[in-house]
Amino acid sequence: MDQKELFALEQQCIQECAPPCTAACPVHVDVRAMLAETARGDFSAALKIYQKAVPFPNILSRICDQPCQNVCRRGEIEESIAIRALERAAVNHGELPEEKKRPMPKRSGDIAVIGGGISGLTVAYDLARKGYKITIYEAGNELGGGLWKADRDYLPAEVIREDVEVIYELGVEVDLNTLIDHIHLVELRNAFDAVYIAVGPHASENFELERDEYGVIKVDPITFETSMAGVFAGGGLLWGIEMHSSVTSISEGRRAGISIDRYLQKVSVTASRVNEGPYTSCLYTDISGISPRPLIQIGDPDFGYEWHEAIQEAKRCIQCECMECVKACEYLREFGRYPRRYVREIYNNLSIVKGTRYANTFINSCSLCGLCAEICPENLDMGAVTLKARQTMVVQNRMPASAHDFGLRDMQFSNSDKFLMVRNAPGATTSDYVLFPGCQLSASSPEHVERVYGDLRGQLPDNRVGLMLGCCGAPANWAGRPDLFESILSAWHTHLQAMGNPKVILPCSSCYQVFQKHLPDVEIISLWDFFDEHGLPTEATSANRTVSIHDPCSTRYESHLQDSIRRILRRLGYQIEELPRSRERTTCCSYGGMMWLANPNLAEKVVQKRIQEGEADYVTYCAMCRDNFAGQGKRTWHILDLIYNQGSDEHGSQRGPTYSQRHENRARLKRHLLTEIWGETMDGSQPYESIRLSIAEDVQAKLEQRLILVEDIQRVIEYAERTRRRLLNRQTGHYLAYYKPTTVTYWVEYMPAEDGFTIFNAYSHRMEVPGSGPS
Amino acid sequence: MSEQEQVWMCDNCNIPLQPDKVDVAYMGNAFPVELLKCPNCGLVFIPEDLALGKMVEVEKQLEDK
Repeated sequence: MDQKELFALEQQCIQECAPPCTAACPVHVDVRAMLAETARGDFSAALKIYQKAVPFPNILSRICDQPCQNVCRRGEIEESIAIRALERAAVNHGELPEEKKRPMPKRSGDIAVIGGGISGLTVAYDLARKGYKITIYEAGNELGGGLWKADRDYLPAEVIREDVEVIYELGVEVDLNTLIDHIHLVELRNAFDAVYIAVGPHASENFELERDEYGVIKVDPITFETSMAGVFAGGGLLWGIEMHSSVTSISEGRRAGISIDRYLQKVSVTASRVNEGPYTSCLYTDISGISPRPLIQIGDPDFGYEWHEAIQEAKRCIQCECMECVKACEYLREFGRYPRRYVREIYNNLSIVKGTRYANTFINSCSLCGLCAEICPENLDMGAVTLKARQTMVVQNRMPASAHDFGLRDMQFSNSDKFLMVRNAPGATTSDYVLFPGCQLSASSPEHVERVYGDLRGQLPDNRVGLMLGCCGAPANWAGRPDLFESILSAWHTHLQAMGNPKVILPCSSCYQVFQKHLPDVEIISLWDFFDEHGLPTEATSANRTVSIHDPCSTRYESHLQDSIRRILRRLGYQIEELPRSRERTTCCSYGGMMWLANPNLAEKVVQKRIQEGEADYVTYCAMCRDNFAGQGKRTWHILDLIYNQGSDEHGSQRGPTYSQRHENRARLKRHLLTEIWGETMDGSQPYESIRLSIAEDVQAKLEQRLILVEDIQRVIEYAERTRRRLLNRQTGHYLAYYKPTTVTYWVEYMPAEDGFTIFNAYSHRMEVPGSGPS
Repeated sequence: MSEQEQVWMCDNCNIPLQPDKVDVAYMGNAFPVELLKCPNCGLVFIPEDLALGKMVEVEKQLEDK
């Protein structure tokens, strides 16, 4: 990922976009934060936030025309939040800490401000605080300009005087009763380094500056420069209306102030000046679940909200944010932030040369299921980002060995002689169809694979259906190993060519996704579409029972497949209660992306969340989804269980096989099919495979959790017994031996038994120690 | 040394294990650790709690470095 890609990804996440109220506010008051403080009862914190954007809080909180209210999302449910009233409550009930006396920056430059209205006062306030020397020329006998024309009930004289006092405190020179005409302007321009004209709507006729067709002084809409160099203009004179919008006048003063500062610092006046005035927010907020809360009425309109009223009104604020993906995805929630932050962390993680890579676990925990991209208003796909990060880590030689090793070795097993098998029907040299059941269905329900193959041969011309056993290569892809993935894909491609390019029948949706995306010239059909089209292989039953369907995440955009499953279920007599998240919004069971390996705790949470989303029993059509849900107590059937009349409660609650049993099931499936259908026998088994083990149930559970397979234990014992390299416990008579077949060192505590060995314990580590055998 | 550790002996050499510095290595980093070891053939003993505790911790640290 380079910086350009990072910025593009960051832009795609809109969580940090300002909420509509702040975007519409000409001075961008952080209304959301201000209201959050108010809701907590901290009016001083609220006032601090307000004052950060507004130089004269007492004045503006009484007369602001609050453009924010028109876009307040609460207004789509009932009445908008009373934002100005809450700003006034912050002024009334909050207190600002004494401003710390810090040395004033001294920027050199003399600036003349013509007009003491709110726009001119803003320029004076902002630039005086930067250290410039400011002189205000006011035609009237008091500062305030147009403010004096406001309704005195709303804006009493003492409020104006009190708020404006800060101008004198900042050391601004004020020349009252001084009317400036064009000759004076030219003199001022010569005597000062910059001039700001803010004389209000009726007093600008004197100045000989370029004007538009309506006679209004022409200014650059971004910088407020007039036709005369060093002379800027803003406020009511641009609008021609008295008191048109005090907050707009402040905003224009502020923006002109930025221009004047840059002009005097001799830096670009125009560079990166986006969204300074009001704009439309890019934030998305789902308000569908928000319940109505009526507007809190102001008890005493002269004073404004009492503090307790203000707290209640502030609590009506929705606190607009997006977080759509985080709300939907347990993984994105788990790490406590949101994609804009996550992509930055990933970028940093990939850029570290020396130091700790804190985002490794984050990167490897994503299931790559695509739900975030589906939900995101901008379709940001964190799966694509984390997968690419994994590929980079592999190339950088920075991928933790422990992250995917077990999954890759499982894949290696499936594509070894133990399970890999490619056959045309007995006697045939080519095939029209080939069943590719994949590695996990074969591991979970080898008997179903045999039945499906038999049924397909019954439904289609008998000797035209071949069989391919193996793993499609998805784990290599998930582990960020495109090299390995490509080589597996190309092997499948070669096999299929040799079979005469048959149509591949796929029960597993992960295989389906891999074939569809990565072997586009191979003709494929999902087994479920096939059954839907050609009819079920068994007699339709009338189950008369309600179930919920968990669509595997790899079917997200395969609606034809999802439809087939629903039709098959109805044909079998099931009523369907759809889950709140199904079809293109379905979730992953934690198998995807090897989340279950990289982050077992998170995987458990993901499964728990999903199995609690529906009351009814689940039906799915992925072996791993089935086993993961049933493994944590949710009755779940694979659709083949129901097709083959095994929809009993016990069957749906049965846990899936252990990792060792999964290997054994695959190997046995191959052996059995070879003998039964092709009349062949398998040879070439390793000496260790014949070692018989007796393992108590509690030890077995431990092995499962520690990802230690029976074959790992067999290898240790075979090595230890052959070489006599083992420790002896003098008290128990147990042996302890260790051996490293590939990358992991396994320790096994055992004792010889009558026809094999009893296993008491086993554990492993990756660190290398001397004496772990030749590897 | 715990009682549990004292009961293990090297079966082949038929002698008790003794504490010694042993080099353990991971991802190109090697460091000496004191372990029980057969003084004759060099077979070592790594107890379960060390393998599943400190060793995993250090493995993770090195993997994230």
